[in-house]
Parts: sequence; structure tokens; C-alpha cells
Amino acid sequence: MLVHAGDELDYRLEMIQVADDTYAFIGEKEDFSRSNGGNIVNTGFIVTDTGVIVIDTGPSLLYGQQMREAIGRVTDKPIIKVLLTHHHPDHIFGSQAFADTPVYALPGTLESIRGEAQGFLDNLYRMVGPWMKGTRVMESVRVLEIQHENIGGHALEYITMSGHTAGDLMVFDEKTGVLFAGDLVFHNRALTTPHADPGDWMAALDRLLNMDFRILVPGHGELSSSKDAVEQTRDYLLWLESTIRDAVQRGLDMNEVMQIPLPERFQALAVISSEYPRSVIHRFPVYEEELLQ
Amino acid sequence: MIRLRQLMFAVFFLFHPLTLLAVDTLVDPLDSPAWAVMHERILGNEPVVFDDRVTVMTPEFAEDPMNVPVSVTVNRLEGVQSIVIFADLNPIQKVMEFKPVHLKPYIAFRFKVEQSTPVRAAVKTSDGVWHVGGRWIDAAGGGCTAPGAGRLVDNWHETLMNVTTRIWHDSGHLQRLRLRIMHPMDTGLAPGIPEFYIEQLNLRDDSGQTMADIQLFQPVSENPVFTFEISDEIKSKVITLAGTDNNGNRLDAVIR
Repeated sequence: MLVHAGDELDYRLEMIQVADDTYAFIGEKEDFSRSNGGNIVNTGFIVTDTGVIVIDTGPSLLYGQQMREAIGRVTDKPIIKVLLTHHHPDHIFGSQAFADTPVYALPGTLESIRGEAQGFLDNLYRMVGPWMKGTRVMESVRVLEIQHENIGGHALEYITMSGHTAGDLMVFDEKTGVLFAGDLVFHNRALTTPHADPGDWMAALDRLLNMDFRILVPGHGELSSSKDAVEQTRDYLLWLESTIRDAVQRGLDMNEVMQIPLPERFQALAVISSEYPRSVIHRFPVYEEELLQ
Repeated sequence: MIRLRQLMFAVFFLFHPLTLLAVDTLVDPLDSPAWAVMHERILGNEPVVFDDRVTVMTPEFAEDPMNVPVSVTVNRLEGVQSIVIFADLNPIQKVMEFKPVHLKPYIAFRFKVEQSTPVRAAVKTSDGVWHVGGRWIDAAGGGCTAPGAGRLVDNWHETLMNVTTRIWHDSGHLQRLRLRIMHPMDTGLAPGIPEFYIEQLNLRDDSGQTMADIQLFQPVSENPVFTFEISDEIKSKVITLAGTDNNGNRLDAVIR
């Protein structure tokens, strides 16, 4: 889809029903661009008897508004709570469309929003342009302090993790067995690693392997009704870290590490040709620092 | 407009018997608006050919504009005297001048970009000709005008000019040397921070012979890390490194 000046901008959000009362919007497995408007992310919501819980709000005010309209087509219940899984820009900048609703995030997420959100926003305006119109950094995000909550017949578990970023929230609905995993899990799309702590991330994935969920909504890519998406994320993360660490220790320079051929099992991952070099930029200096101690 | 002019040049050369083979090597393959200025200012309008034996590697996109990795490799080109690395559209274009002397004509390091720009290496051979390779890098920008990380926590002076190194002996064929020098490498373009950067590095073997001379400019990244390749014929057990910055601070290190 090409966007021209004067065209009406429409994300054409595709809603899918994940389980009873539970819906997700599945974004493109792409990088930010002017043709996708930043809709590269999965968001979702749970319709409880007392109101709607929104999980992540997308990349822009417009996305948040269109998400809200789509929710309104499913239920007339009020939106009572917004949860942000982490601070990355594709997940948070629709929050402005929910300004009348309390928005919650983990403490690590709040701190990162304070430090980085303005820079993210500037960058998104550059990358997706008109889709960002009117989007600002939201001012009032509250700290999520509870781990469990019963809302309108849904027993929700808020699981605090880290590894993809300093604060990664997962939302598990015991009633439906649906797990919103945020960006701890990618499915058929290469990981993004600008704030990754691979040790913590691996620990989170190990815990996910032992969790009993029915359907997993990853932060990017298709839903998964098995452990496949978790295994795939874990496999890639392990390969990425061991490959970069090993290459640094062998004396390769950064550009040479970017040229390392990808194993066949990862070649079909969406955007791997751009994400792998980005990960080298993020992770090489960490291992170089170890080497030059 | 630029393309049209290049096309006319190309047509002219195409029908000029003496330059029949040189057509491709005289037109800037990167189609840079600043090439003519670079040719004059950095290469002194000396004879130039665009030459794919000079390879410049960078990522497609400057994920971190303050740390863009660049690797320059020269293959099958005899008599390499000097390698000048520059970025046409940077506010400070010249990044480094590397005289490999007894090292291989290869260097890898990181530098700062302010915006999308061609990144080039010009290699001067003993016949006085500059052989130029390069590529475009896309960037969101701001790498030259933002203060470095060490400035933000203000602890740079504790480690100024400290050197850490690592040598790889790889079955006698390829030897690599990586060295890092702690230095803010301020461009002078970040508000309120004057330029402060390492200007000269000199590597010598244990008999005092120069192995390489490097002139650095402001765009080289903070706490620069360099990777060099050492020729097989160098048997020196010890390499000494000396350097100075533009404020007169000196460094002297012995690499074993």
C-alpha cells in the first residue's frame, strides 16, 4: 500500500478472536515504514463483565483511535484499564487515545519511557511520517503494583519479567488460558535487541516453556497454540549470542560478523536481513568490552 | 541534472578511444552531490579512479549514528601508500588517514555520522593515483552533534588515554591486533563542548621501525577501537604505540 498526500490514513486493523472475550490485532511482520504506518505490532484486549482491559496501544495516536473504534464494534462496555507490556515505541504511542483510562506499566518500563520515549517519537515521525500526526509522549503512566486481579469474571495474572527490555510484562488470563507475552516472544519474525539482556531473556523463556497456556499472543508474528514460538525465540536468541560472542573472540570486526551466513532454519524469519545486523551493532560492543578488559 | 551531466560525460568517454576502458572508473558510482568538492578538498584534485579493489564495508543503516562500523579492505593493489577515509556529507568529512607502512591495507573502526552519506576510502598508490571505493549509509542522524556517553556521566578524565589491546595469532597466517584508546573524541559540534580528539597514532616494532601511522579526525567514535592486520613478515614480539591529542596529552603503550 502506497500512501500519498491527501489519502485518508487507515491502518485497516485486522481483529481476530483469540478465545472467549479475547481479541488481538496482528500487525505486519515488517520494519517501520510509511506504507505500514508503524503497524508492525500485536495488540489486544479482553472484554470482562465490568469492562475492557487493553494490552498495548500501538505506534501512534491514530492507531490507538482506530483500535478504540474497533473495540467499540465488539462491545459497548467501558475501557477500564490499559496495560503496556514494555516501553518500545510500537507498543505505547497509541495510549493518548485512552487518555480517560488509567494506563499501567512496570516500574522499569516507566523509567525507560521517561528516558527514551521522546527520542523514539522523533524517530517514528521520521520513519512513518503523517501517521504520527498529533502523537505525543503520554505523561501519566502509573506503576502496576499488583500481580493478580479478578476483574469481571476473569482472573488475570500479571507476570513481571525482563530481558527484552528492563521491564517486560506478561498478562495471563486463567479463565481462557490466553497469554499475552509481549516482546519476550517473537513468532516467525527476527528479534529486536536494542535493550536486550540475553541472560534475563533466556530465563524468561525457560519459565515460559514450563507455563501452561492455551494460546500465546506474541508481540510480533502469528498466534501460537503450542510452545513453538517460545522455542523459536529461544533458539534464535541462543544462536545470536553465541555467534556474536564467538566471532568477537576470534577477532572478527563488526562488519565481518554481519556477513556471517544465517543458519537455514532462521532464513525464513521476517526482517532477519535487517534485524541481524542491528543485533550485531547492539551486542558486539558488549562482548568486545569483555575481550578488552 | 547531475545524472544528465554524468550521462554526457559517459557518452563522451565512450567514444573517446583512449579512455574506452576507463569509462566506469571516472564517474562517481555513488552519485554524490559533494564528490567534486571531496575530490578537490580531500584528494587535492589528484588523479582518481573508482576501483572495486577498495572495499568499504558498513551496515545499510546507522543503527547507532555515534558508532558506525566501517571496515576497509584493499585487495590486489600494489604500492599502497595511504588510505584516506571520509564521508562526503558529514559536517567534518575527513575521518582518518591511515598509512599502513608494514601492516596490511586493512582497518576496521567506528565513526560518527550526522546524516545519510557516502562513506569512502581513497587509496593512494605509489604512482600517485587515488583508488576510491565506497558506499552509502542511511542514517537518522545526529551522531556528530550529540555529546558522547562519557560526557554525560562525566567520568572520561579518569581513564583518558588508557589503552587495552588484544592480539590474535592465527596459525601463522593472519594476525590481528585490536586496540582501544579511552578518549572522548569530541567533535566540537556538540553545544558547549570544544573539539578534543586524538590526532596522531604511531605503531613501531621492537627495532623502532614504524609499522603504521594514523592521523585521526573528529568523527572517529568515542573510546575508539581499531582492528589492524599484521603482515606475515613482521616478527617483532613487541609493538609500541604512541599518540597525541589536540590538547597535547600523550599516550605511550607497549603491546605484547
